[in-house]
Parts: sequence; C-alpha cells; structure tokens
Amino acid sequence: MNIEQTDFYTQAILSMAALVGLTSFLMLGQGRLLRLIFVFAVQGFLLTLTTVLAAYSLNNPHLYISAVLTLVLKVIFIPWMLRREVLLMNTQRDVQALANKTLVMLGGASLMVFSYYVLHPIVQTTSPVMLNALAVSLSVVLLGMLLMISHRQAVAHVVGFMSIENGLFFAAIVATKGMPMVVELGVAFDVLVAAVLFGIFFLHIRTSIDSLDVDLLNKLNEVDK
Amino acid sequence: MIAVYLVLLIPLVGIVFFALGGHRADMGKLNVRFNAICLLATIWLAVNVLNQGTILSDNKAFLIDPFNVYLIVLTAFVGLTTSIFSGPYMAHEKDLGKLTDNRLKLYYSMYQGFMLAMYLVLTTNNMGIMWVAMEGATLATVMLVSLYRTPESIEAAWKYFILCGVGIAQALFGTILLYYAAMQIGDGESSLLWSVLYENASKLNPEILEIAFVFMLVGYGTKIGLVPLHNWLPDAHSEGPTPMSAVLSGLLLNDALYAVVRNKMLVDGASHNHIAGYLMMGFGLLSFLVGALFLHRQKDIKRLFSYSSIEHMGMMTFAFGIGGPMATFAALLHITVHSLTKSAIFVTVGHASQLAGTQSMDKIRGLIKTQPKVGWGLLIGTLAIAGFPPFGVFTSEFLVLLATMHSYPWLAPLLLLGIGIAFAGLFRHIQPMVYGDKPEGQHPVKANLWPVIIHLGLVLWLGLAIPEFLANWFSQATLLISGSTPL
Repeated sequence: MNIEQTDFYTQAILSMAALVGLTSFLMLGQGRLLRLIFVFAVQGFLLTLTTVLAAYSLNNPHLYISAVLTLVLKVIFIPWMLRREVLLMNTQRDVQALANKTLVMLGGASLMVFSYYVLHPIVQTTSPVMLNALAVSLSVVLLGMLLMISHRQAVAHVVGFMSIENGLFFAAIVATKGMPMVVELGVAFDVLVAAVLFGIFFLHIRTSIDSLDVDLLNKLNEVDK
Repeated sequence: MIAVYLVLLIPLVGIVFFALGGHRADMGKLNVRFNAICLLATIWLAVNVLNQGTILSDNKAFLIDPFNVYLIVLTAFVGLTTSIFSGPYMAHEKDLGKLTDNRLKLYYSMYQGFMLAMYLVLTTNNMGIMWVAMEGATLATVMLVSLYRTPESIEAAWKYFILCGVGIAQALFGTILLYYAAMQIGDGESSLLWSVLYENASKLNPEILEIAFVFMLVGYGTKIGLVPLHNWLPDAHSEGPTPMSAVLSGLLLNDALYAVVRNKMLVDGASHNHIAGYLMMGFGLLSFLVGALFLHRQKDIKRLFSYSSIEHMGMMTFAFGIGGPMATFAALLHITVHSLTKSAIFVTVGHASQLAGTQSMDKIRGLIKTQPKVGWGLLIGTLAIAGFPPFGVFTSEFLVLLATMHSYPWLAPLLLLGIGIAFAGLFRHIQPMVYGDKPEGQHPVKANLWPVIIHLGLVLWLGLAIPEFLANWFSQATLLISGSTPL
C-alpha cells in the first residue's frame, strides 16, 4: 500500500488511528493523575475530530450528533469530574504505577502486535487501511485494560474503563461508519450513566476506606485468612 | 404486538413511579402489583406466539420467537415471586436499621429498572440494543449490590461494575465486528437486526464472525459467570440484598447466555466448522468443574449458592456448545428449572440468614427445629438443585449426560465427576444447617414461603411431565437453534 496514492479521508483516518494509539501509550506510562486525565481528554478530542471528519467525508449527518455527544461526555464532563475528584482527595501522583514502567510499556507494545495478529484474517476481505484502524481500536481496548491492571488509583481505573469505550467508538466510526443511530444513543446513555455512577462510587469508597487506592478493597476473596 | 410494548412500558412506569413518588409504606406491595401486571402481559404475549408463531414487529425492532418467549414468561414469573418475597424481607432489613427510606426507594426503582433491561434484552431484534440493555442491567443492579453501604458491599459493587463493564465492552467490540461483516453484504440501519442477519448468515464472512464470536463469548460470558471471568459473581451475590441475588442468579445469567446463543446461531450459519460450539464446550466444562470444586471451600451461605450457579451455568453453556437437538433441548429445560430452583433457594437462604442473624454457615444451625418451613424449603431446594430425581434438574442433567455420551463419550466421566463433587459440596454444608438442635435465642421470622412452594412444585412437575405446549416450544426453539428436533 502506498499511502500517498490513497484519498485524503483514508490518509486522515490513518493519522488519527496513529494518534489515538499514541495517546493510549502516553496514558499507560503516566504516573501523575492530572496529566493522565488531560491525555484522556486529548484522546476524546481526537475521537471527536475523527467523527466530524467521517461525518463530513461520508456525508453522514447523524455522525455530527455522535461527535457532539463525544465532545460533551469525554472531553468535558468526565475529565472535569475526575479532575475534581483528584484535587479533592489530593492524590496527584499514583506512585506505585511508576515502579514497573518498562515492563508495562513492553507489555503494551506486545498487545499492539497481538491485536494485529488477531485481526489479520480480515485483511483478505478488505483494505489494509481497515486492518490498521481495527487493530488500533482493539489495541486501545487492550491498553485500557492494561492501564487498569497497572494503576492502583480508582481514578486511573475509570480512565482505563472510559478509554476502552474510546477504542470501541473509534472502531465503530472507522470500520462501520458509525453504528445505527439508536444503538449509538443507547451506548452514549450507558456511558453517561456509568460516569455518574463512578462519581457516586468515589464518594462511597472515600467514606468507607478514606482513600481511592483500590488495593485497599481486598476484603472479599477465596483465600482463608 | 401491543403485548410487547406493554411488557416494556410497565416496568418503565415502575421506575419513574418509585423514583419520583414520595416514600410510602406499601412500596413492596406496589412492586408486586407492577410485576403481576407485567406477568399477565407476558402471558398474553405468549398466547399470541402460541397462536400465530413468531412475531416480528412492524418496524422490525422486536422479535418474539419460541426461543425467547418462554424466557420472557420465566423472567416475569421469577420477577413476580421474588418481589412477593422481597416486600417483607426488605421491611425486616429496614427494621434492623440497615436501610433508609431513600435507599428503599432506590431499591424498588432499580428493581423495575433491572426488569426493564431484562425484557429489553429478550425482546429486541437489534444486536446493538441487546448490548445496550445488557449493560443497562449492570448499571441498574450495581447500586443495589452496594445497598447496605458496608465496606464489603462497596468493594463487591466496585468489582462487579469494573469486571462486568470491561467484560461487556468486549461484547460491544464483537458487535461492531458483526456489523462490519454485515455491512459487506448489505448497507444501512437494518444490518444489525438479528432477523436480517439470520436470513443472510450463510453470506456473512465466516472469519470475521469467528473473531466476533470470541469477543462476544468473553463479553457476555463475564455476565454468565464463566470461569475465569467469574470473580464478581460470588461477591455481588453475597453482599447484595438477597432478593437481588435471586434475580441475578435466576434471570441475569440466563439472559447473558441467551445473548451468546443468539450469536452462536449466526456464527453456525456462516461457518460450518463448529468453532463456536467447541469454545462454549470448553468454557462451560471448565466453569462446571471449577464451580463444583469451589463449593467445598465456602463459608458464606450465599457464596455457596452463587458457586452452584456458576456450576449450572457452565453446564448449560456446555450443553449449548454440544449443539445437537438433545443437548439443546436439555439446555433449554435446564435454564428453566435452574432459574426456578435457584430463586426458590435464595428466598429460603434469605429467611435462614435473617433467622440466624448471619450469613456464615458455621453459625446457622437447627433450621428445621426453629422454623420447619424454612428448613425443609432449603433442604428440598438443595436436593432439587443437586439433581435428585424426581425434580426437573435431574431430567435436564440426565439429558445433557446422554447427549454427551452420544457425541463426546470421553467427556461423560468428567461430567459425572463434577455432579458428584457438587453434590458432596452442597450437602456437607447444608446438612448441619438444617438438622440438629437450635441455638439459644433463635426465633422464627415472618416469612412468606409461597414463592418457594410454587417454584419447587413447578420444578417437580417439570421433572415428572413437561406440559405439551412447553415441550412444543422447547422443540421449536431446538429446531431454531440446532436445525433439527429432538423427538
């Protein structure tokens, strides 16, 4: 594939995929919570741009609604809520996350390779561009999981959770030109409710264990104590 | 068709009514009424399907066929009987000071919200909406798991939220891949409708669908409680209020399995190498064995029965995975009898732990001497769930075993071993609890055991003779899923 021969839309989508993937890696290695939230907002903004681009190029007006939803939810509301929580708890740093940074980054890189490997069979039926877009989405999903595993603060878990949603959203926009409208509205509604619930949860966790370190949530397990 | 809209509208009204209405003393009774009206609507719907066969609504948004119609009635029925139990139970919990008025309001509102999500999962024809509703069910129940606001319950709810949320995100990726495959053969908004996908299944790209199915199985499998994605299940069941455990075990797990089977039907239509079946067999058998082994280690009575749920869901997944007509028929029957038995057991477990004032099995003693109905209910329920004849669970497990011996004889010993281990695991805990002398100061509680009696009666009936219309539905559903009839 020669990238200069493809049309503008395809080139733009490929660059967006690369940038979204990059933000995921930036989040993975980030030990400061406020910067983590900022990178998350940037990722949301990139998604908004991708959606607007797709809506314009494919002449698909309902994607504009998705773009507005993404902008409001993932660039403004959720980062605002998380930022407030971090400042309130005065936990700007998630120190433990930095301990095994190299290993986590290497793990992230192998997850990306793995995504390409898993989705390789679809290359027979479509263009390599689609493979790139889908593989990046899948790796954003997997990197979100790795972020949740490697960080210990509840705020980082929420960022991971929401960045998984971002990966799925990117796949839906790029591969299928957006899901049917009702589905997209439903998903946005679920994300909104989830965000509100996370807010309520922070309050409960704070009052019950006086910290947002989820490692302290360890009372329930199968091991005899 | 009106019946479908009624089924969805009634719980919606219920959510708004309980959420916005002021606190009232008779919320428990009103909740029963909402569920009773809903059950009537589902029966109306079922009669329609019985007379006309499969119903597809005009805008193609809803599809009712023999496979989901009995699950809809089952959902409404278990929802109703559990609400009958939950009224006095929650009132008692409030008297103990575990709850406030506002949380009781939240509880009833979200009970209806959960029911709405369940009906939507079952009735919708759109695979995307199915996902949205499934996630909605998580969101509705997550606040209920942490209803008591103890550190343990908040931990359980957090775990439930994160694990199920991340898990089910995989199912959305699967759904996107499915849509992607569908877009290659036809464009437009209707490509995600199950009825359209099913008709064109043979044209869908098998490779993409197989990848999609892996994601669906992992995603919805988290909600089924398949090992190794099951960690949230015992926690959520043990820390939430008992009526919630009853509906989670009896309904939510079924609906997640339903979603997987719907997707399996598409994959089987597209590719003929049975990969979806093998995956389900593997995950199912693993869950079945691990669930059975973990029964032995439990100390909390609700955790005990949630592992029993994992074990049974594993068996159903395994049976659907085998995929022949007999195994499919057995799985459909097993869904029904497991839901009825397990929700009955959770009702008695709720009373038993209120009696003893604890969920710890070491401290629950002498149930039969204290309150014979509760003790016998628990004992008979456990007999039924362990697969004793003449209860329905025996029939379905026997059929699964027969189908296994027919198709994969070398797996049959594993299955038998698992059933044996599970039986021992249940009885070593239950026997000291129901028999023996009652501890000092243990008094009977106010309990309504009609739900238990009706459920166990039905399970007994299904074990002795399956009514003709139900057998017909099962056969038609089997035909739909496996391509041939069992008889």
